[in-house]
Amino acid sequence: MTDISMSDHAVTGKTAPPAEARSMRLPTQWLGVAPFFIFAIMFLILPTLYLMLGAFQNEAGEFTFENIAALAQPSIIAAYWISIKVSLASSLIGAFAGLAIAIAIVRGGLPEWIRSATLTFSGVASNFAGVPLAFAFLATLGRLGLATVILNTLFGLNIYAHGFNILSFWGLTLTYVYFQIPLMVVIIVPAIDGLKKEWGEAAATLGATMAQYWRMVVIPVIWPSFLGTVILLFANAFGAIATAYALTGSSLNIVPILLYAQIRGDVLHNAHLGYAIAFGMIFITGLANVFYIWFRTRSERWLK
Amino acid sequence: MKSGKFWAWLVFALGAAYFFIPLIATVEFSMRMRRGEYSFDAYKVVLGDARFQATFGYSVLAAVFTIILGVLIVVPAAYWIRLRLPQLRPIVEFITLLPLVIPAIVIVFGYIRMYGSNSPLPFLATDTGTNALLVIGYATLALPYMYRAVDTGLRTIDVRTLTEAAQILGAGWGTIITRVILPNVLIAVLSGAFLTFAIVIGEFTMASLLNRPAFGPYLQNIGANRAYEPAALAIIAFAITWGCMSLIQILSRFAPRSANRPN
Repeated sequence: MTDISMSDHAVTGKTAPPAEARSMRLPTQWLGVAPFFIFAIMFLILPTLYLMLGAFQNEAGEFTFENIAALAQPSIIAAYWISIKVSLASSLIGAFAGLAIAIAIVRGGLPEWIRSATLTFSGVASNFAGVPLAFAFLATLGRLGLATVILNTLFGLNIYAHGFNILSFWGLTLTYVYFQIPLMVVIIVPAIDGLKKEWGEAAATLGATMAQYWRMVVIPVIWPSFLGTVILLFANAFGAIATAYALTGSSLNIVPILLYAQIRGDVLHNAHLGYAIAFGMIFITGLANVFYIWFRTRSERWLK
Repeated sequence: MKSGKFWAWLVFALGAAYFFIPLIATVEFSMRMRRGEYSFDAYKVVLGDARFQATFGYSVLAAVFTIILGVLIVVPAAYWIRLRLPQLRPIVEFITLLPLVIPAIVIVFGYIRMYGSNSPLPFLATDTGTNALLVIGYATLALPYMYRAVDTGLRTIDVRTLTEAAQILGAGWGTIITRVILPNVLIAVLSGAFLTFAIVIGEFTMASLLNRPAFGPYLQNIGANRAYEPAALAIIAFAITWGCMSLIQILSRFAPRSANRPN
C-alpha cells in the first residue's frame, strides 16, 4: 500500500514541469480562463437570468405566474404564432433548398469552380442579413421593385393584385430564406463530403440501386445533421429583428418587434410582461437548441 | 448519370437566380435616382452625407474595440483550456454557443435592466459607459465565431511543446501568449476578427436600443425616409461583407495545416 503511493508520488514529482509546481498552481491554473468566465457571467448569463427571474416576479418582487399567464392575450399569442410560422417556413424552405444546392455542387458532377464559388458566395450571403437585406428585397419585390415591374410589364402578372405583399408572412419568409439557404449550404456541405465513396461502392457491389443507396445509406447518415441544422436555422430566424423591422416597420407584429416596442416604450404597460416575452423567446430557441445539440452528437459519430 | 447532371445544373441555376436577382435589382434600383437615365447619384448622396460618415466611423471604431475585447477574452481562455484545463472544454463550448440561443434583443434588454443608471454598475449613466456596453454586447454576439476561429487555429499548432520550449528559455506567461502563441494563431484570430467586423458593422438591435449613433440605426432611418439611397447602402453593405469574407479566404491560404487534418 505504502509502496504504491510512494512510487506514485515519485513519478508525479519527476514528470511535472516546473510551472506545475504546487506553489504556482492555484493562481495560474484559473487566471487564464478567469476573464472569459467573468465576462460570460456578467454580460451573458446574469442579464439573461435577471430577465428570466423577472418573468416570475411581480412589481413587488414576489413570486408569481401572472406574467407568464398574461402572455395568453390575443395580440401576444398572434405575435408568437407569426414568428413561429415565419421561422418554421423559412428554415424548412432554406433547409431543403440548401440541401439540394449542396448535393448539386458536391455530387452533381458540376465543374470544381462552381463548388468553390458557391461556398464563397454562401459565406457572404449567410452574413448578409439585417437592414441592408430588407433594402435589397424592397428593391426587388417592393411595389416598384425590379422583379415586380418586370413580371408586370413582360408577363402582365401584377403580383400585388394577386395578394402578394413584401410586408407579409410570405414576403418576410422569402427574405429570410436569403440567409437561411447559404447557412444550410455552409453547414451541410461538410456532412455530404463526409459520405465516403467506399459506401457507394460497397452498396453497388451488394447490388443496390441508386434509389436504395440514397434511401438506406445517404439519408440515414445525413438526416441528423440536416435536422440539427433546420433547428439552428429556426432559432436564427426566430431571434432576428433588424430585417423584419426595416422591411415592415411595425406592420408585421413578430415577437422580436413586439419586444423591441416594449423595451422602447413599455407599450404593454407592464415591465414584467416584457420579461415574460423575453423568457418565452429564450424558451423556444432554447428548446430548439437542445434538440440541435442532441442531433449533432448523433451525427458526429458518422463523420469521423 | 446524364440526368443527374441535368438536375444538378437545374438546381444550381435556380439557386443562382434566386440569389442574383435581388442583387441585380438592388443595383438597378440604386442607379434610378436621376429621372430617365442611370447614374451613381444615390451613391454620391450617401457617401457625401455627413451622418453616413459619422455613423460609419462610429461603427468601425466599435468593431475595432469589439475585436480587441474579443481577442483579450478568447485567446487566453482557449489557450489555457488546450494546455491545462481540458475538462472545462464542454462548459466553455456551451457558453460560447449561448449567444446563438439567446437572441441579441434579449441580451441587450437584460443589460438595460441590469446596468441602468441607478444600479450598482451604472454603465448606462454615462456616454462612455454606454459605448463600452455596446462593445461588450457586440463581443458577446461575436463570441461563438471568435472562439471557434481561435480554437481551430490552436488545434493546428502544438501548444504544449511551444509552451514548454518558451518556458525553458525563461519566458513568462505574458511573453508566451503575446510572443509565441498569438503569432502562431494570428491568421485564425484575423479570420475571427473579419467575421466580427462583418457582424458588427451594420448591427441594428443593440445599437438602436442603447441609443448609439451607429451605422445600423442610420441605415434603418434612411430606409424609412428615402427611396433610392437605401438600395445604394445595401450594395455598399454587401460589398463590405464580401470584402470581409474574401479577406478571410485569402488569409486561410496562409494558415498552417496540421499533419492530422489535411484538407
